Amino acid sequence: MLGASLKEDVNQAEPQEEKRRFVLLTRLKQNKVAFFSLWFLLIVHFVVFVGPVLWPLSPDELTDVGALAPWTLQHPFGTDDLGRDVFARMLHGGRVTLLVGLCAMLFSLIIGTIIGACAGFFGKVVESILMRITEAMMAIPNFFFVLVALTVLGTTPVMVVVVIALTGWVEIARVVYGETLKWKEYEFVEAANAAGASARRILLKYVVPQILPSIIVSGTLAIAWAILTESAISYLGLGIQPPTPTWGNMLQNSQQYIWTAPILGVLPGVAITIVVLAYNFLGDGLRDALDPRFAKK
Amino acid sequence: MNPHESNHEPLLEIKNLKKYFEIKGGGALGRKKQTLKAVDDVSFEIYKGETLGLVGESGCGKSTLGRNILRLQDPTSGEVVYDQKNILDYTKKEMRALRKDMQIIYQDPFGSLNPRFTIGQIIGEMYEIHGIARGKEKEKKVKELLELVGLDPQRYHSYPHEFSGGQRQRVGIARALALQPEFIVADEPVSALDVSVQSQVINLLIELKKEMGLTLLFIAHGLNVVRHISDRVGVMYLGKLVELSDTDSIFNEPAHPYTAALLSTVPEADPEARKERIVLKGEVPSPASPPSGCNFRTRCPLATERCSQEAPAWQETRNGHFTACHYPLEKGQTLKDAIKQRKEQPEKNTNNLIMA
Repeated sequence: MLGASLKEDVNQAEPQEEKRRFVLLTRLKQNKVAFFSLWFLLIVHFVVFVGPVLWPLSPDELTDVGALAPWTLQHPFGTDDLGRDVFARMLHGGRVTLLVGLCAMLFSLIIGTIIGACAGFFGKVVESILMRITEAMMAIPNFFFVLVALTVLGTTPVMVVVVIALTGWVEIARVVYGETLKWKEYEFVEAANAAGASARRILLKYVVPQILPSIIVSGTLAIAWAILTESAISYLGLGIQPPTPTWGNMLQNSQQYIWTAPILGVLPGVAITIVVLAYNFLGDGLRDALDPRFAKK
Repeated sequence: MNPHESNHEPLLEIKNLKKYFEIKGGGALGRKKQTLKAVDDVSFEIYKGETLGLVGESGCGKSTLGRNILRLQDPTSGEVVYDQKNILDYTKKEMRALRKDMQIIYQDPFGSLNPRFTIGQIIGEMYEIHGIARGKEKEKKVKELLELVGLDPQRYHSYPHEFSGGQRQRVGIARALALQPEFIVADEPVSALDVSVQSQVINLLIELKKEMGLTLLFIAHGLNVVRHISDRVGVMYLGKLVELSDTDSIFNEPAHPYTAALLSTVPEADPEARKERIVLKGEVPSPASPPSGCNFRTRCPLATERCSQEAPAWQETRNGHFTACHYPLEKGQTLKDAIKQRKEQPEKNTNNLIMA
């Protein structure tokens, strides 16, 4: 009888918990908008990162069809005010924009995770110092910080990434901090301490892996924010400078031709909007999928 | 008389151990700080090779005491002497090395195992942390351990959620045994298990203890659980140790009224044996505001004025039998008798007012 009840136990446990990663994907599938966003983003990234290799035209060279040429097979989106191929510029610009977004997000994640996890895990003085810094950062309006920092530090692509990352880590740090506080109280963490594991080992092997799902969600939302910020500062002329194309500076450049060639502004504008929206949908979807109350819905 | 007195040397000496928590709350803005005395001035010895049972109601500080002895929490004050040194003075590094000798088995077989590790990783961590074995050698050692605690070594790569509660507890035991420690704190290791599984796990512990020459501090909240496994039993009430003696003496001739009352509620296997059950009145007071004098006086049927004024000292009332009570029961005296006696010749000012 005992054996039977044990077996029953095992059978029940397995499908229930599985591995959390797979649960995440199945749950995400149920959210149609988020799942569609995921596919859409995968395609956009593929096109933008592989496209420039396949598309023969350079984004910087002038074509022989002249400026503001109409759409043809040879130039699917026509040419811009200087006679450069718009399709090539969209691909290359997207590559820069998305790359800036990804890099800024990665930096934000690294800074935010380190600060949040250390504050939560070590507590006491470390916590006070790190969380006060975090709160101080929250008090500064992000966008003005970015503008001022870029004006002072210059507008190289690396600087743009760094400055955006320096404002993006705050939210992530707070999320990670809260999660760390929760997980460090678990008995298996204390058990690692009782086993004689060093603080670093406990933090990296026991606590941080548990927070990973939340970090992923924060990351998706951070990308959206980074892309939007990069576009906004480019539009103000403080971002990555021409001739390097980004969706942001293409948008800025198209202002003067908004009546004569509106498509020059619509293309990068729509691209930015859709990508940012998709990232937000995906982030929201992931967050819902991770919510333990998900099952009730 | 007591074999432990003469034959056993202490492995651990706990001297005046205190663990206070500052809790916020109360006062207009919640600024008034209160001190919660989770463990309040506890002293005792744990002899080499014995199993010391520690019982008490929930919240009496028994688990906190266990964790403080292992320095999983830092005690407020006191000493824990191991190998002639006070381990509370150890640096972090020294402490980490010492962890090889002292281990813990947890109550909750779910929360105490990392859900993202396989049981091979969970137990193998013990070897990796102390740089004892890696790779194939580690796997071999872990599989031996799994066999030792009655688990199928084939399940090395299984995750904790694939096991039942009892099996998980065996994993917890294997982890504690991995480094062949000298001393193990078993923190209510069977409380979360089905009764049918409880005895299996207890028997496993008894066997392993014999085989490996362990010293065990076995924490439980019921007296019946510790009787089978313990050489000596300590009883805690509201952060204090109220009685400590060898198991037979505790069960047959308790000296503290609290122990006597607890014992009267332990179910008896023999339906013929009728016992007078003594039900304690009231609730356990909050450890944040314990009563004056003796902690137990608010519920004690023998309490007098004296109990509310001075806290009873921790003393050896009989040979090897420690109690903290002003009016310990004599050998062979039942609590019922003592209550009767008290009614006949009341001490000046009995504490009836408080009782009512």
